[in-house]
Amino acid sequence: MVDVLVVAEAQGGGPSRNTLEALGAARALAGGTRGTVTAAVLGGVVDGLAPALFAGGADTVLWLERPLLDGPEPEAMVAALVQIVPQVGAQVVLMADDFRGREVAPRLAHRLQAGLVTEASGVGVEGETVLFRRQLYGGRCLAEIGANRFPVIATVKPRSIEPAAERVGHRGVETRMPVTLAGSTVRTRVLERVSEEVRGVRLENARVVVSGGRGLKGPEPFRQLEELAQVLKGAVGATRAATDAGWVPLSWQVGQTGKTVSPDLYIAVGVSGAIQHLAGMSGAKTIVAINTDPDAPIFKMAHLGVVGDFKAVLPPFIAAIKALAAS
Amino acid sequence: MKIVVCVKQIIDPEIPTEQFKLDPASKRQVRGGLSLVISAYDQNAVEVALQLREKAGGTITVLSLGAPEAQGAIKSAMGMGADAGVLVTDPAFVGSDSFGVAHILAQAVRKIGNPDLVLTGCVSGDTGNKMIGPLLAEELGLPCLSFVSRLEVNDRTVVARRIMEDGYERVEGPLPLVASILSDDGNVPRYSKLKDIMAAARKTVPVWNAADLGVAAAKVGAAGRRLDLRDVTVPHRESRCEVVGGETPTEQAERLALRLRELKVI
Repeated sequence: MVDVLVVAEAQGGGPSRNTLEALGAARALAGGTRGTVTAAVLGGVVDGLAPALFAGGADTVLWLERPLLDGPEPEAMVAALVQIVPQVGAQVVLMADDFRGREVAPRLAHRLQAGLVTEASGVGVEGETVLFRRQLYGGRCLAEIGANRFPVIATVKPRSIEPAAERVGHRGVETRMPVTLAGSTVRTRVLERVSEEVRGVRLENARVVVSGGRGLKGPEPFRQLEELAQVLKGAVGATRAATDAGWVPLSWQVGQTGKTVSPDLYIAVGVSGAIQHLAGMSGAKTIVAINTDPDAPIFKMAHLGVVGDFKAVLPPFIAAIKALAAS
Repeated sequence: MKIVVCVKQIIDPEIPTEQFKLDPASKRQVRGGLSLVISAYDQNAVEVALQLREKAGGTITVLSLGAPEAQGAIKSAMGMGADAGVLVTDPAFVGSDSFGVAHILAQAVRKIGNPDLVLTGCVSGDTGNKMIGPLLAEELGLPCLSFVSRLEVNDRTVVARRIMEDGYERVEGPLPLVASILSDDGNVPRYSKLKDIMAAARKTVPVWNAADLGVAAAKVGAAGRRLDLRDVTVPHRESRCEVVGGETPTEQAERLALRLRELKVI
């Protein structure tokens, strides 16, 4: 029996896509073993969230209400979860592999003396062993990792595990659990949040992603990529080379330290195909590469390739797509 | 300001696929004749340290855990401008998981002596666990700022730019603390000057082992691993790129659009 605790987060009133994917992993572990899935929400009751979490796979929703848990610092989340995990008695703790989760999970594992798998892209159970899969060497390898002592903690790589089948109308139990948090527990403090406005589709949810790399040689060509993305109702991404050069915001980065995307169509423009970039987009169904260098590694990954200068190829390509869309 | 930067030497991650070989016994990549580099984000961490030293003065010590060859990574970071280096190496450390590595590094940081700031890259280019910064903070009992790209120190307070999914946060914390560094256009690693490379080559880098650090055998090496790495496979990926030809860029573009329509992708 594998009991799972999922650290859940709300986005726009419902569970975030990352949370639904973590619930999908949790159901895969608990379902076959008659275990239970608990979703812990840090930071106060959100109306309408509990039914969505039940439908997404949770049996119990735990509300952890403390002011310090509102828009929380990782240190506050760790302090809360250290108390909650033993009380719930979960064998497996899952959370999203996002910037916050990547700090919370190691610190929680350290305090609970638990094992930790980051960027889990698959889960399973074999006898008494809980199995995780994750990539190694920037996606060149796939590792299978077994946990035989519990609790074990894992962060779930976005867009790698499907959400559970929706359980329409499924009702679970809602519980409030007290958490003791002294102000001195949290030693870091946010002074300011700077959010970039998302125009159109969110990169991590987009069905079509148009990405630019070093080959664009500057920020201006990204306007062309934006135009193409707009025509295809997609989003624009970038490689680390492009964000390091300051051409576009860091939040556009796709790759090991950026976002993981798995769109139906990924168009890589002037992207060489560095391992660190491939790690974030190898799950795309169809990959198109436009690059002047026929030996660029991206062509090993791409399904369709155009060897040519994007400056000459993109305008007629955009025109052709518009014409096809109108026909 | 006393800064320690942890760097990891890895096999060049950007080698062509056909040169990547896995050793089935150790489940690790075979070095062969491949070149060794400092993991990319660790170089950004060195750059951040150098910028801080330019403003606030102080010393930068580069710390690396690895094989004896990791001396090369330390020397190259010293060539960028770091003042000193320490190599931590012991056959007993081989096979350690991230918890073991963080424990060893923490012991070495203590031996170096009470730094104000400990910096790491946010992820290594090989195993990519992204754990070391936060684990070091736990080992040392310090606060942590993860995935930060810029740091300013005012008196005993650090103000950092912490990257989030949809932007960033300006966040503050008290010294001493641990920060893991993500790259942005403000911390692109500088080129080493020849005279600094020569000066680094002449400096002696102390080498510490398990006994020097008082590291217990049970916490490190394969015996200290919390999880079982059961299997590592290289998924077979066929190169099946269909090159879309054409006499002119317009022809290529139109054929590409038509092919995508045929494949029902658009």
